[in-house]
This record gives sequence, C-alpha cells and structure tokens, in this order.
Amino acid sequence: MKPAAFDYVRAESVNEVLEGLSKEGGNARVLAGGQSLMAMLNMRLAKPRLLIDIMRLKELNRIEEQAGVVTIGAGVRQAALLAWPELARTLPLLALALPWVGHVQTRSRGTICGSLAHADPSAEMPLALIALGGEVHLRNARRRRRVAASEFFLGMMATARAEDELIEAVSFPSPGGGCAFREVARRHGDFAIVACAAVATPKGVRLAVGGVADVPMARDWPRLDRSALDDALNGFAYELNARDDVHATARYRRDLVRIIGRDLVREVLQ
Amino acid sequence: MAEAAVQSASSVDQNTAEDRPWVGRSIERVEDAALLTGRGRFIDDLGTPPGTLHAAILRSPHAHADIVSVDAEAARHAPGVAAVLTGEQVKALTSSLVVGVKAPVECWPIAIERVRYVGEPVAVVIASDRARAEDAIELINVEYQPRAAVVDPLAALAADAPVLHDGFPGNLASDRSFSYGNPEQAFAEATHRFSIDIRYPRNSCTPIETYGVIATYDAAENAFDILANFQGPFSIHTVISRALKVPGNRLRLRTPPDSGGSFGVKQGIFPYIVLISAASRAVGRPVKWIEDRLEHLTASVSATNRATTLSVAVTADGKILALDWDQVEDCGAHLRAPEPATLYRMHGNLTGAYDIRHVRVRNRVVVTNKTPTGLNRGFGGPQVYFALERLVQRIAIGLRLDPLDVIKRNLVPADAFPYRTATGALLDSGNYQEAIARAVEHGQLAELRTRRDEARAQGRLYGIGFTAVVEPSVSNMGYITTVLTAAERRKAGPKNGAQATATVALDPVGGVTVHVASVPQGQGHRTVLSQVVADVFGLKPQDVRVNTEIDTAKDAWSIASGNYASRFAAAVAGTAKLAAERIAARLARVAASQLNVESADIVFAGGFVASKHNLENRVAFSRVAALCHWSPGSLPDDAGQTIRETVFWTPPELTPPDDQDRINSSLCHGFIFDFCGVEIDRTTFETRIDRYVTMHDCGTILHPGMVDGQIRGGFTQALGAALCEEYAYAADGSFLTGTLADYLLPTTTEVPEPQIIHMETPSPFTPLGAKGVGEGNCMSTPVCIANAVADALGLADVTLPLVPAKLADLVRGPEPEPPTGQSRAALTREGDRRLRGEGSASVNGAPEQVWTMLLDPQTLQAVIPGCEQVHKVSDTHFRADVTLGIGPVSGRYRADVQLFDLDPPHAVTLRGKAEGALGFGHAEGRITLEPDDRGGTRLRYSYDAAIGGKVASIGGRLLDGATRVIIGQFFAALARHAGGGAPASGFSMFALLSKLASLFGGRR
Amino acid sequence: MTRLSADGRHPVRFKLNGRPVEAEAEPRMLLSDFLRQQIGATGTHVGCEHGVCGACTVIVDGMLTRSCLTLAAQVDGCEIQTVEGLAPSPDRLGILQQAFRRNHALQCGFCTAGILMSLDHYLRRHPAPSEADIRDLLSGHLCRCTGYTPIVKAALEAAAELATTTQEKSDA
Repeated sequence: MKPAAFDYVRAESVNEVLEGLSKEGGNARVLAGGQSLMAMLNMRLAKPRLLIDIMRLKELNRIEEQAGVVTIGAGVRQAALLAWPELARTLPLLALALPWVGHVQTRSRGTICGSLAHADPSAEMPLALIALGGEVHLRNARRRRRVAASEFFLGMMATARAEDELIEAVSFPSPGGGCAFREVARRHGDFAIVACAAVATPKGVRLAVGGVADVPMARDWPRLDRSALDDALNGFAYELNARDDVHATARYRRDLVRIIGRDLVREVLQ
Repeated sequence: MAEAAVQSASSVDQNTAEDRPWVGRSIERVEDAALLTGRGRFIDDLGTPPGTLHAAILRSPHAHADIVSVDAEAARHAPGVAAVLTGEQVKALTSSLVVGVKAPVECWPIAIERVRYVGEPVAVVIASDRARAEDAIELINVEYQPRAAVVDPLAALAADAPVLHDGFPGNLASDRSFSYGNPEQAFAEATHRFSIDIRYPRNSCTPIETYGVIATYDAAENAFDILANFQGPFSIHTVISRALKVPGNRLRLRTPPDSGGSFGVKQGIFPYIVLISAASRAVGRPVKWIEDRLEHLTASVSATNRATTLSVAVTADGKILALDWDQVEDCGAHLRAPEPATLYRMHGNLTGAYDIRHVRVRNRVVVTNKTPTGLNRGFGGPQVYFALERLVQRIAIGLRLDPLDVIKRNLVPADAFPYRTATGALLDSGNYQEAIARAVEHGQLAELRTRRDEARAQGRLYGIGFTAVVEPSVSNMGYITTVLTAAERRKAGPKNGAQATATVALDPVGGVTVHVASVPQGQGHRTVLSQVVADVFGLKPQDVRVNTEIDTAKDAWSIASGNYASRFAAAVAGTAKLAAERIAARLARVAASQLNVESADIVFAGGFVASKHNLENRVAFSRVAALCHWSPGSLPDDAGQTIRETVFWTPPELTPPDDQDRINSSLCHGFIFDFCGVEIDRTTFETRIDRYVTMHDCGTILHPGMVDGQIRGGFTQALGAALCEEYAYAADGSFLTGTLADYLLPTTTEVPEPQIIHMETPSPFTPLGAKGVGEGNCMSTPVCIANAVADALGLADVTLPLVPAKLADLVRGPEPEPPTGQSRAALTREGDRRLRGEGSASVNGAPEQVWTMLLDPQTLQAVIPGCEQVHKVSDTHFRADVTLGIGPVSGRYRADVQLFDLDPPHAVTLRGKAEGALGFGHAEGRITLEPDDRGGTRLRYSYDAAIGGKVASIGGRLLDGATRVIIGQFFAALARHAGGGAPASGFSMFALLSKLASLFGGRR
Repeated sequence: MTRLSADGRHPVRFKLNGRPVEAEAEPRMLLSDFLRQQIGATGTHVGCEHGVCGACTVIVDGMLTRSCLTLAAQVDGCEIQTVEGLAPSPDRLGILQQAFRRNHALQCGFCTAGILMSLDHYLRRHPAPSEADIRDLLSGHLCRCTGYTPIVKAALEAAAELATTTQEKSDA
C-alpha cells in the first residue's frame, strides 16, 4: 500500500502552482492538507505524475472578513479556522459543523479548501458552502473566476474546477439569522449518513442536506405550517435520490432527512 | 454517552507488604517501559538480513473465476523486480496445505487455476522494495473467466449452487450427526417446543499490527529460517513444514519479542509463511512481507459465519429437557487447518451453563466464495451462545416467564461439580447460582429494572438483556477429531491433551530466567510469569527475567504451544510454577545440607533460603542457586543439577473423544453472567449501552489488573461485533468492507466502562487454580446486547450487527408516499449488486449519422480521454486500453466490448467488460435512437452493470454516485460534440460501455 | 521552486525530538516509512496507511499529524516529535507514560505511540480536560486490546498530575 511514483514540487509562489497546473493539467494534483488525497495515493486510487505542495505559501494561509463575507485561503487548515476567534460570530454554522470533520488528528492538517476540492458527498464543508451560498475562488495562469456553491459541485467527487485551476480561496457570507447543524454517522468522525444544516433566510429558511445525494443539496422555503413543512421535507427527501449501502438504507436516510430536517427548521425559525 | 465512570479501571497494586505472594497482585508490567518509549520490538522494527527483498501480492478481484492466463512479462522486467511467482511456480515448490477433513481437496496459499474469493493471492512480486513490488503488480495482466459465486452457507447447500471444489459433494465438506441421551423421546414428550433460526455474521478481531513474515531459505542445508508474528498453535508448524516439503527439523520458526495483538487472527498467517518462504526459495534471497491493512481486511482470516436452527423441548415452568442443534458452518473458500475447529471447539459445551441431558446435533461444514476462516477470539463461542441465549429469552417470552428465572431454573447444580455435560465436557468447578446472586446484588439489577420501567413510562425504547455462559479454556488438541467418526478416529490414532512447556534456568550468579512457548501478543505473560516464579523462589518479580520469544530450533515446544484458547494462566503459568518448584526442591536439598536441616524445613523468602524454624539460619538465594555452576561436586548426591529444568505438562482430563462422540473439548470452564440495559434512540435507532454488568468466575486470579484488561478488551471487541463490525459481502461475492472506514471498530466515543464483578472458584485441574478469561465476553456480550435490544423493541428476531438502519426497518411503519409525480427510486441497486439505470440525451444529427458514429472505432482514440490502442477484432467486437478517472481517482483498464442485436439505425445492445488494477466491471446496455422533431436524434439508454474488485471493497460508498458522474460527463461530451456541427465524433457505444464498466470510487 | 523527480532519492532534513536528522527519500516515501526505515525511529507504528487507526500519529511543527498521510518531502525543515522523545531520560518515564503503566492503559502497545502523541500534544494545551474531551480526542485512535477506559483514566490522572507539577514549578 505505497503510492505510485510522482514528482514533487514544493511551490514557493502561487505562480509556480499555476504554471505547474497549466503544464501538467490532469496529471498534476495540488497537495494541501493531504487528508483525502494521501489516502487515495496510498491505495493507488489516484496516480498523479506531479504533486504540487502549496502549504508553504503564506499568501494562501489567510482568513479575512470583509463586509460580512469571510474568505478562507487554500492553505487554511480546519483546525486553524476552528481556532479563529471570530468564527462563532461570523460563521456560526462552521463553528457547529467543523468539529464533525474527521478527528482532531486530521483537522490539524486538513484544509477547508481541500475538503471542497475533494467534494465528498458526505463531507461537512461542501454542505456548509451550499447552506450558506458561498463562492469558490478559482484561478489559473490567465484569469481568476468565482463559482457559486450551487454550481461548483457537479457530482460525486466532481467539481467545476478545471484541471489547470487552483482553488485559491473560498468565501462564506455571514448569515443574518440563526443556523443549526446536525449529523448522523455510524461512529463519531465517520462519513455522514445524513448531515443537515439549516440557515434562517430573510423569507424563511434554507435546509441543506449532505450524505444522501451525490452532492449536498439545499431547498429554500418560506415559513410553512406543520403539514406544509412535512410535505416539503418529504418531497425533498425523495428528490435526494437516496440509496442503500453497507451503513444505511435509502429509507433510513429519507427518514432522517424528514425528522432532522423538521427539527432544524423549527430550531432556526424559533 | 460513553462517559460512564472510569473509576473501576484497576490501577497498580501499591501494597508492598513483603509477606504477601506476588501472584494475585496488580504489579506494573515489565513489558510497558519499552512499549511506552518506542522501544518495542515488533516484526517490522527488526532488522533484516543483508540482501532482503520485499514481496507484494496480486489478489483476485473476483469471488469465483477461472484464471485463463497470467501475463507477467512486463512485471518481470520492471525496475527492481527479482521475480514474479504465479500459482504454477508456487505449486512446483510446495505441496498442498492440509485440509481439515478427509476429502480429495487441495488447499494452496495462492490460487491454482481458479480463484475462489476476493483477495485470494494470484501472483507474488519480489522486488528491491515494497513500492517497486507494487509498481510491478500493476503491470501483471490476468485474464479471468468469471464463474457464478455463492456466499450464503445455506445457498451453498442447494442442488444448483455453484461448486467450489470438485472433491467435496456439492459444497458440503463435512456432515455429522450426534445424539446424546434420548432427545427424540424428550421432544416427543415435552409440553412446549421452541425453535430459533440464527444467522451469525462474519467479523474479525483485526489486530492493529498486521501480518509480517521474513523468510530465508538456506539451499546448502535445504532448510528454512522464518521469523513471523505467528501466534500458534504450533501444530501448524507441521502443516508448514509439510507444505514446504522439508522435515520439521529443517523448519526453524521464530517469533519476534513483541506482537501487536492477535486475538487468534495471527494463526491465519501460516499460508503466507508458506508463500513467502517459497518465494525466498525461488529467488535465493531472504524475502520480507508486511501485510497492509487492505490486504488484512480483505483476505487475512475471519471468524466463521454460521446458520443455526436450534430447537428446545421445555416444560411449562421453563426447565429445558432437550436441545436440537442444526449448525451449518461457513468456512469460506478453503477448509484450512485447523478448521472446522471453530465448529467443534464448543462441542462439549453445547448445553452452555445448563443441566440438559438430551442433545441432538447435526453439524455441517460448507465452503463459500469468501475469505477462509480461522482462529478468532471466542472461537465458536459467539456463534453457539447467540443461538442458545436468544432461545432462552424466547422460551421466557413464550412461557410468560422472566428470562432470568429461566436461566436460573436450568443451571448446573452447585453441588454437581465436576459435572460431565451430555456432550462430554467436564465442567471443573463453579457455583453459578452464587455468581448470579452476587451479580444481581452488586450490579443492582433491581435498580436497572426500575430504570427500564421509568424510561418506558416516558415512551423511551429501553430494554434489558441477560446471558449466562460457560467459558471454556485450554483446548483439548483432540477435540477436532470429533469431526471424524469413531471408526475413522481409530484408524488415525488418538489425539488429545494440551502440552504446555516452561523452562526455568539459574545462571552462574543466581539469576533466574524463565522461558515459555506461550507467544504473547500483549497479554503481559512476562509479568505474570515473573510473579509466579518469584513466589516459588522467594524473590521479587524484577529478579526474574522472562523470555517469551520462541525459536523452534532451540526451545522446548509442542503442538499445543502458542497463544490461543485462553491457555496461558491455566496451563502455561502453572507449568512455569511446576518447573520452578522442581528446581526449588533440589535447591532445598542443597540448602538443607548447608544449613544442617531437613529439606522439609526449608523456606524460600526475601531473597534467602532459610530454615522455617529459625529464619536466621539462612543462605542467600543467589549463592545456593549458583553452586551447581561453580562447584557441582559440593551438591548432595541426590540433588541432581539445579541449572535448568524444563517441564511439559498436560492435564489427564483431556482425553480423546469416546466411542459415543463425547468430548471434553476444554480443560477449564469459567462462568460468566452478564446483564445490561440499553436504550434505542427513536430518531436514529442507535443503540446506547446504558449499563453493562459482567460477572466472571475465572478461578484463581493471578493479576487482577490484567484480568480486568482482558475482560474490557473482550467486551469492547464484542461490542463491535454486536453494533458495528461485519465483513460484508455482496451476493456476487464482492467484499464491501475493505477499509477501516467501512469495517467499523468501536472507538472511545462508543465504549462504556462495564461493571466487572469477580468470584473465584479455583479450578481443581490446574496448578494455580486459574482458568482462562480472555474470550468470555466475546461469547456473552453480543447476545446479551441483542437480548436487550430485542426487549427494547419487542422483536422476536434480531441479527448482528445491530445497524441502526436495520433496526429502523424492523420497527418503523410504512414510509410516507413520495409526492405525486415523483418515483420512489430512480436508480436502485438490487440484492445482486447490479446497478441498473436509464436515461436519454438529445443529439444533433439524424439517427443514421449518430449510428455511424456509434459504430466507428476510428474516432474512438481521439475522443475518449486516455483511450489507447483500439483494436478492432471484428465489425462488432472491440478491445482497447483506457484510462478513466473521476476527481483525483484514475485507473487503467483493459476493455472488451461486443455489439449484439443490431437494428440500424434504431437500436443496438452492447455487452462489455473491463478489468484493471482497481477492479472490474461487466455491463450490458441497450441504446435506441429516434429522430426528434428538430432534425436531431433522441437517444435513450438503459444499462445494467456489475462492478467489483478493489473499488467495491474500498470505495463502495461512492460507487453509484461515481457511475452517475461518468454517465453524465459522457452525455455532456456527446451533446457538446454533436452540437458543434462537425461530424459527430464525441460518442460511441464503446466509450459508454468502457466507462460503465470501469467505475470506481475513493475515500475521504 | 523545488522539484524532486519521481525516480530520484532526495535529501530530507528535519529536527527529530530536538536533534537534526537527515536521510534520503523518493518523493513518494511516506513520513511513517521514512521515520522507521531511513531514520530507524521504529517507535511510530503503521496500522492502516489510510489515516484511520492513528497508530502513526506524530507531531509536525506543533500539529498532530498522521505520518502515513504525509510525505517525507513535506516535512523537510520541520520539527518533529515522536514517542522516542517523550521520556525525560532513557531510564525514566514521563508523567503520562507512568500513568499509562499504572493504569494498564496498554496491552500489546502497538497503537500506544500514536495515542501518547495525541495526549501529549493535547494536555500541553488543555491542562484541565474533561473525560468527554479526552474521549473526543482519542476517537481518532483505534485500540483493539484495552477497551479504552484505562487509557482515558490514565490521561485524566496525568492531566491532574501535570497540573500539580506545573503549579509547583510556578510556585517555586
């Protein structure tokens, strides 16, 4: 269980990263915290020709708050964001969700942007991005662009990032109202069977669900009465196209979406 | 939830009173200082001989297939590669491993012509380092012809089941029936009869250190020197030497000083010892192999899964008159030694803790397309007690009795020991009634019942479970011969006993060294032996040095040597005591002559040998101990040497099976009574252990801290078996739990502290009065939790593991209907693990154009990313190499696609397969083309795919989603190309099938 | 830019438990293998190589790190702590190690090194942890022998003792 051979670049500037990506394209992989990628290399699920280590780039290791938007650079580790004193005030949803990301020992290395890049359907950071309606900042050698959360996740481990693009940062808008998060996994730290995030919106509530569909998905609802909410949740539960695996059944997932979804919606609307 | 007090965790015994024996005290472990500072010496920490090469193993992605061809040419020429061995070459260097029953069936450590389980070795690469060996593995092309697979033990018995081995009738390796007492009459006359069907799942105790072997073949002497973290039993030494075609004295098997856990599992390393030794012989160099975690989960070894029907004849007040066992044991793809031992280890104990005189048994052993089974903590106990103790609960419910009353009504009477069970076990000692009474009191059962009542009154799901079990230890090496008929046994010669060995030696300055062949894997044997021997010589434990490494070329050992069947405390520690006492007796004679007293007046205490009547009349122990080295002539004539004594001890109670098939399968029998309270979450259906009480009577306790450590460890593994752990297989034999993110071990957040209660009824059959204790909770806890969950949810049947979704399915009512216009499931995976789906796309160009494009291999290479070397076998048959990926995951595949039922330009059926390092896929699809109203084509497709191999084992969670991504990408590309107006070139049937057939997923 | 070619062996230098070490590694060599095979620091164990079991946990520049999910090349120039650096002297155990021995918080000892590193790292930063804190921290480690509770107890005892020791030092 050793990785296949690859070249390794320790980038000293973002331009070096972009140059490497534009030259090698799909054969290159950005190495940030490595908590997903390295396991895939060890299992030889991934066999890039080149790894570009971005973790020595200070300019990517920044958390900035501006006009109600928090921008987190590609080098920011999950533990660093969790320890950021402004987190609970600016992004309470992430303060709730981050402790569910892996374990202390993986959050210490893993990055926020790396988790987005990996796009595991059960991961908490993509769910938070969808729930809050954030943006992913992409950059290649020629240009920068921003992609909205709803357009970034294309499928299981598939994103809108082009092969020559680096995820430079991600930005999350601070929500105006309340938020809630809950996750069910087989054990603490496991991939979510169902993870739900609810955020109050000006007109009502947004509920986002991870772990069920191929990508985290969200629905916006106005304030609904009990039976209308149950109908909306039931519809959403079926739209997620849940499936069976060794850890849970599709029915179980739909049930959790209905029950936890209702609890969270009520919680943020109270 | 698991924050239950940890206060009861035992600490070191601080009492240093000189006159108390060391045995019975929780002294600090001598093992710990090295382990806590990173100076342990596990197999992968030890140096290797110069020139050592490293092995990697290519494993089967198929559960059942013929090997059509193995092309290893490219691998043989890869950098650093010394050799590639296939089954044929290994076969030439070895002979078949012993099969556990008499049948014309072979068992090799590598697949010969056919693979029978996912993960079975197919080729071994020997290279300069592990990474290069793995590089070369990927260059080997194996062509398989898949066969139908069977994974269910009862399905394996069906007349039309796929057959694994021609030498067994069907898949039935053994079928024996037994009758003890008069069960027919008891069943006929009983007022009540109950029956239960059990499917006990597969799991394994999965040590954190994996297998390791370093093998060196010495051509000059035709001998092997092997270092392996093998745990015994050393009866397997004979199996290995036979397979390697050398006499036993040319097979030197050594173990490293430390081993990172085993729990039975490291018995299963022996086929790899043979394989790596053969590799060393082939390359003429030492070869090292360290198993990786994926290999371990997929293909090391597993406990057996078992299908059991157990029936009982019972009186109205709950007295059990007779049992009728029908057990179908699933040993996986090969019946490796010592299987079917899992089935027979409990044969003397099929009546558990109960006084039941009439027993009927039918034992069948089947082979299926799963990893072969072997030793695992509990070894047969979990399977038996799950059936027996679930049935006791069912009797209670059926007769409206309290389950605890049914248990108590049937216990072996306290005055009946030693008690011979109907099936032959001799229960050595105990007082089960007293043990239960103490547990009920100290464990506060009454309070727990109140808790349950209160919880239920609040609408919560709360239940209580009970279990009483007898924990056998020190296996009779002859119990496995119960699988033979009496006549067959007479022909084969008797097998019985359990030789334990210990050597005590005194050095020229009076230092004491102990050596045993117990092969500890973390249990602290060295510490306990230092206590036992220190007591005999009146020394401190730190004065006694213990060596537990084994070297079969130099050390005393026998077939029963090793670490299994909880034999250390009962057998090995006692044998060390006997060896020390023999030397002490001689030293007493030496000292008596020096001190001018009788030998009987000699006492060993405080580092001196003294007269009991005058403790001042004494001589230093070291002086007496050294005398035999420096001045043997000074010893009294009758003293003999006092330098070294090796004792072999085997209990006379362990006799062979008698002609009525009664077998005393184990020497000692501890008693366990457990009860627990559990609560099930109404939303998630997670099971939370509210309280767990476990009463143990394991005879004399040698080291309380270690005994509690064994109980907690066993309890935790059992908790895993009850709640999380299963080696899951799909119906097609795909292995689904190939990582530690899929095979779920309990962690700190799931494990509560059990309340441990002790009672000590010494065994009359062992030198120290001790019995085994390490396996009991693996037998009692899974069923105790299951009984509690059944009680909480009002279920008649529960199956392990108690996966929340499974419990939810059992108790939830019908699901709310989907809103109108929405289907229940668009994409489903059926029980056969085939993935079915359908879709459609709009493509520019008339159907004729699209049709041409579909069948044009010319454009393939250009339009499919990573597509190389398209080879057109015929107009309707293509082969190609493709590299496919999703996210960072990518793999190279050899694809083969054929077209059928061509109906140009309307429809075509495709059938294809692809194989690569990440796995394989088979798919069949039907595509139809219809003109749309804009001059384009409406393309509809339906598919049916099966995916297996490594991707199913380690990426199952993501597999279906990955499929959708690839299909989506594919049609997006098609639409893009067609929309571009150029001759449509972005699509082909071939690409679709290749992609469908080449799916994979990743983790984390 | 530093580019290390796949088939070459490249020098990797870092401080291990305060002392400089150096050896060569291919880019693909994992830190766990580098420590064990190239440096000879075999106290760090390898249990799963996919980041789940925690046996290989070490500290890199103050961060808890799965050494099986880290390349040797990544830690060039870093400061690394492993189990070999925990004891105050070769013949004496540290407070945490002593608490483990006292509480029988290890049996086979294979997972122990990683657990010790997590606890050492955590207790330095959180001197008064609750049992729930310790259980959360240790949920990133798998132990198959002990059933965990003796480990939790040892950690809590060590925390209490470390707090007293620190108190004494600051008083002095």
